[in-house]
Amino acid sequence: MADLGTAGVALALFGGAIRASTPFLFVSLGECLTELSGRINLGLEGTLVAGAMSAYGVSLLSGSPWLGVLAAAGTGALLGALHAGLCSLARVNDIAVGIALMVLGTGLAFFFGKPLIQPRAPMLPALHFCVGCHFAPLRAALDINPLFLIGVALAFLLRWGLANTRPGLVLRTVGDSSDAARAMGYAPRLVRLWATMAGGSLAGIGGAFLSLYYPGSWNEGLSSGQGLIAVALVIFARWRPLACLFASLLFGAAGALGPALQSIGVHQGSYLFYAAPYALTLAIMIATSSRRHTLAGAPGELSVTR
Amino acid sequence: MSLGPSFSRRTLLGMASGAAAGALAFSQRARAAGALEVGFLYVGSRDDYGYNQAHAEGAAAVKKMAGVKVLEEERVPETVDVVKSMDSMIELDGASLLFPTSFGYYNPFVLQEAKKYSKVQFRHCGGLWVEKDPKNAGSYFGYIDECQYLSGIVAGHMSKTKKLGFVAAKPIPQVLRNINAFTLGAQLVDPSITTTVIFTGDWSMPVKEAEATNALADQGIDVVTCHVDGPKVTIQTAESRGIYTCGYHVDQAKLAPKGYLTGAEWNWATVYQNFVAEMQAGKPLPNFVRGGLREGIVKTSPYGAMVPAAARAQTDAVKAKLVAGDYVIFKGPVADNTGKQVIPPGTSHGQTDIWLEKMDWLASGVVGKT
Repeated sequence: MADLGTAGVALALFGGAIRASTPFLFVSLGECLTELSGRINLGLEGTLVAGAMSAYGVSLLSGSPWLGVLAAAGTGALLGALHAGLCSLARVNDIAVGIALMVLGTGLAFFFGKPLIQPRAPMLPALHFCVGCHFAPLRAALDINPLFLIGVALAFLLRWGLANTRPGLVLRTVGDSSDAARAMGYAPRLVRLWATMAGGSLAGIGGAFLSLYYPGSWNEGLSSGQGLIAVALVIFARWRPLACLFASLLFGAAGALGPALQSIGVHQGSYLFYAAPYALTLAIMIATSSRRHTLAGAPGELSVTR
Repeated sequence: MSLGPSFSRRTLLGMASGAAAGALAFSQRARAAGALEVGFLYVGSRDDYGYNQAHAEGAAAVKKMAGVKVLEEERVPETVDVVKSMDSMIELDGASLLFPTSFGYYNPFVLQEAKKYSKVQFRHCGGLWVEKDPKNAGSYFGYIDECQYLSGIVAGHMSKTKKLGFVAAKPIPQVLRNINAFTLGAQLVDPSITTTVIFTGDWSMPVKEAEATNALADQGIDVVTCHVDGPKVTIQTAESRGIYTCGYHVDQAKLAPKGYLTGAEWNWATVYQNFVAEMQAGKPLPNFVRGGLREGIVKTSPYGAMVPAAARAQTDAVKAKLVAGDYVIFKGPVADNTGKQVIPPGTSHGQTDIWLEKMDWLASGVVGKT
């Protein structure tokens, strides 16, 4: 096998962007939907972990990884419904509920996930986009999971649907002004319930990707905060689905930078490279914030902008 | 141990609510028969396919001994929580021998408890017990670098590209010693062999471990091993990339039937059974226990079917010498990877040498930085 050197780093970044971005993509698209309806669900980190655990468990018991994905979506929708239900009560803060649900989701997942650490569940298959190539690194980088492609398609679908369909319009109306929505005869609570459930189930699917494809195993350190980063990504992406896609790819690639550089013997500042995604978020937040007006594109009903 | 009737929390939990009296009678009978209560505390999950599981397997071996009752608690953080768990094992269950197995428990928590309960024995994994510490405390650890050295020899035979990889958590002495031993072992086969190290920054970082393994495979590295808490992700990722692996902590052969060459495993059963047997015989327990292959504290995984006879023969020969106790891994001349000589010719650092427990360098041929 040829010595790739620096070209290997570029390939690792490309491969890493595809491999590691999917959980970010699903969680951020889900959170995008929820926030556009006027609610913040910070609990998606817990949903991600609970989704990962239930996907692994169901895949192990049923032998079908796709059933596992379905179970993860269901778990996510349940946790989303719980969030929406609690938040629809008077004077309940959605951020506080989100934090509580984050702890609940991870706690439940750790509790039920105990017997799942050792067994090996059936994994999601990869699509081989480089069947003919003999060059192993490229072949590995082009082994793409269908969930990634579904996520990309979903980003475009949401972009189109939010702008051009009636449900998209209703969602944005509820998010921008519940008074206006009520005057038009829509029930904001119901719309938010659906939006939060949809957001939760997408985050659950993100978790299924973690446990059933990459890294492809259930253990308690699996997410290590990816759900939280993805929630921050939504603000960075200004509530635009396509920007969520771009941001997720960027974060996936940034995560691959540290290991890739060490693999070619660049060890200076490896801890700084590991901090790259977080430093990047901070830098972009600072660069795009303004003291004169609220964040451009923020839904008017969000508790942080209201 | 408290006198008079006392309830065991765990016993009670296991009984139907109406049978409390029965539980009491049972626990008294157990005490009357002189059952020794031994407590194990783990920092993570007992089935992590790694560090904690290795200890839990040791606990399972103790469970099989006559006259012993084993108590276990998982996911005990390295904070004041471990004090509460130890208190409860001692006060409520009457434990008289405790094994807190995680590195961070020792100072100050184990030392503090040892002062508080002078009749209870505490033996800690990995800590450095010194003379001024309480006499009812102590530490034990294994020279697992011996097994990493043997894994290195096998890896040296199997590698076609002459490039090995190591996924490591943090650059601390125990980890560096494993990386160096693995590399020195491989260099017995071919002195030109290199080991590329990737530090992930923490003991359990599944996504980074997978990314690191992929990055190593992309660079043409064809044998990978690791020192993280749960090697499952590294082993599985390497198997899916079609490269060889050497395991760590416990036998992971099941995860990689095509690529698992051998591995470095703990064998805590020996240590724990010895401690318990001595306690039962009424003998004083040793305060400072160290050992390797010779003492049976570490062992190697069985060779994978793909390991050829020549590799097995050389590895077995070195292993026999290690078991006999007449082989030194860290023997001069050894240079570090900046070219500086760290062990001069003629100098040998045997396993018991404390100098090795302060290792802060990477051997020549290791691509990486501490």
